[in-house]
Amino acid sequence: MTSTSPPTESKQDKRTDSSLGGLFKPIGGLFAALYRGIINVVDFVMHPLQDRLGVRGMAYVFVLPNLLIFGIFIVFPMLLNFYYAFTGGTRLFPQDRPFVGTENLETLFTCGNFFDPNTCRTDIFWRAVMNTGGYVVAQVIFLILLSLLSALSLNRKVVGRGFFRSAFFYPVLLSPVVVALIWKWILQQDGLLNGLIVALGGERVGFLLNAQWAQVWAVVISVWAQMGFYTLILLAGLQAIPAELYEAASIDGANLWQSFRRITLPLLMPTMFVVIVLSLIRAVQVFDQVFAFTGGGPGTATTYMVQFIYETGFSNQTNQYGLAAAASLVMAFFLLLLTAIQLRLGRRSDVT
Amino acid sequence: MRMVLDYLTNTRGRKRLSFSDALTYLYLLLGTLMMFGPIVWLVASSFKPQAELYRFPPRFFPYRQETVIVPGYDDPLDLYNVTMDDGTILQLAQVRRVGIEAQMVDPVTPGEIVRVNINQRTPVESVYFGLENYAEGVTRFNFWVYLRNSIVVTALATFLTLLINSMAAFALSKYQFRGKDSILLLTIGTLMVPLSVILIPVFLVITQIGWNNNLLGVIVPAAATPTGVFLLRQYMLTIPDELIDSARIDGASEWRIYLQIILPLARPALAVLAIFSIMWRWNDFLWPLVVLSRSELFTLQVGLNSFQGELNVQWNLILAMTVLTLLPITFVFAFLQRYITSGIATTGMK
Repeated sequence: MTSTSPPTESKQDKRTDSSLGGLFKPIGGLFAALYRGIINVVDFVMHPLQDRLGVRGMAYVFVLPNLLIFGIFIVFPMLLNFYYAFTGGTRLFPQDRPFVGTENLETLFTCGNFFDPNTCRTDIFWRAVMNTGGYVVAQVIFLILLSLLSALSLNRKVVGRGFFRSAFFYPVLLSPVVVALIWKWILQQDGLLNGLIVALGGERVGFLLNAQWAQVWAVVISVWAQMGFYTLILLAGLQAIPAELYEAASIDGANLWQSFRRITLPLLMPTMFVVIVLSLIRAVQVFDQVFAFTGGGPGTATTYMVQFIYETGFSNQTNQYGLAAAASLVMAFFLLLLTAIQLRLGRRSDVT
Repeated sequence: MRMVLDYLTNTRGRKRLSFSDALTYLYLLLGTLMMFGPIVWLVASSFKPQAELYRFPPRFFPYRQETVIVPGYDDPLDLYNVTMDDGTILQLAQVRRVGIEAQMVDPVTPGEIVRVNINQRTPVESVYFGLENYAEGVTRFNFWVYLRNSIVVTALATFLTLLINSMAAFALSKYQFRGKDSILLLTIGTLMVPLSVILIPVFLVITQIGWNNNLLGVIVPAAATPTGVFLLRQYMLTIPDELIDSARIDGASEWRIYLQIILPLARPALAVLAIFSIMWRWNDFLWPLVVLSRSELFTLQVGLNSFQGELNVQWNLILAMTVLTLLPITFVFAFLQRYITSGIATTGMK
């Protein structure tokens, strides 16, 4: 994460203002008057408070609403999650929940052989863990490779670059449910893809009825939906590489591959690093898109960790909040591990 | 041949289109096709009637069978091209079908019934973009209610996020106070805590407050975004302190400084955060799914997902409703795409 660069932003702001300004002038004037009124009212109400608390005290007033919501809905639940993980029963309120120690974690971790989910007491959880692992590896590799390829293409002097950039980005805006439905429609038995396959002389494939195919397509559609986002970040990284370096290299007789290998790749590493970390953390949390796409099936082929947490806690007839909280602790542990590796590697390569 | 190739690969008379340039264009064009193709297919399909949707292999454009009004018959009759026994092709309207035999009339001379085998006729069709799916979908799907909920959630949540994040960012960038560093550290530390990890306890908090099945339960919890605070603070650090000092000398209160000086100057950063907030909230799924269980409170995303799960709902309605759900965000993108793409490139967040 890097900060915004104010000069370019404000330039853009002016441009947008001038193009829309004429249209919105009367509304803008009304809005400005309204805004002045609001300032006066707030000023009138808050002045006595400032007289009492002083200028320093006002800082706490400014930070309070955000901190309050943050504390109640993020920090406090983080702590409470541990309590849930070590209590049992199906009641939601903490006072109704008996303390069971590590029973929930044991339920999750009782396995004859950790590599075979069938031997586990909570076999769906281990299937979800394994599915998530496979998904994360495949998705992140494809995502990064394709994003890099796209960013490199968009970084060349091409006609209509703005259009291509927007085209690659557009699916990022679509909601997970919409993405899932678009692809479900293409992949169904009588769908577009099967139509193309038959036209080319193949046999129809039940893409969402076959476990392996469903897993493949879960990866494909998420790469499709997210690629534009990482392409843009990588593109920004590429554009920050000074052009003189390439000129000097070509004077020295370097070919395209050599300048990619010796200039682009090393200088892109910091951006690449951000992209890898962001995409890894997002991939571990995979849920909504695939949930709307396959519902976790066929069988449990595309059931991932978050879906296990959601269904254990909310969707099944018995609300096993404790078990779900324990599972989310396991997931938090994975995420923590990823973040730690990131910090470690980041420090070593001196990029953060 | 060589000359033709030279001519085709010439770019504005200067340099020839190199092999790598050609590859780049090929990749970009294929990529554009891959990105837009599925959406174009969705939109084209959403106009097709039920029968056409299940036709295999599928056709791109939505077709409709031509009908004709024939004197002596109340309903419009379907029009067919019929190959007669002697090889001539006539355009006839079908009166009724009995087994493998179709009873047809000529629309011009409707008196005489012609009996033909059904294999001898093919329907006369024309491209037709019908709105029937949309009209029926909107009534079956409760579209306006979901749309209203989505707009309420997105608008209020974005307003709340901008307000409290900018207040906090102001305090964290322009004041020195005890506890400031811990708050900053806490904010950055929780950047990586996803909602899915704390789903159950947040649900408890919501239930305790009584915000279960209440849009407030969707709006408030995710309003204090660490990303937003961080982004706005970094931006506000670049606003010179002298502006604030001279305003204080003129007797302006701290709230007046915040509203009259800081907020207008931070507009570019606020715009970026607003766009992101709109995108996050419009597309949010997991949290509304947990909080809302009464269907009159569903947002578009939750509604669409439960709509596709209902047993007797047909694809033609689902497709039309999917198009309606993606339209608003597409319009936002079309108008603000410059802002969005540069915003992501510079802040690296989603």
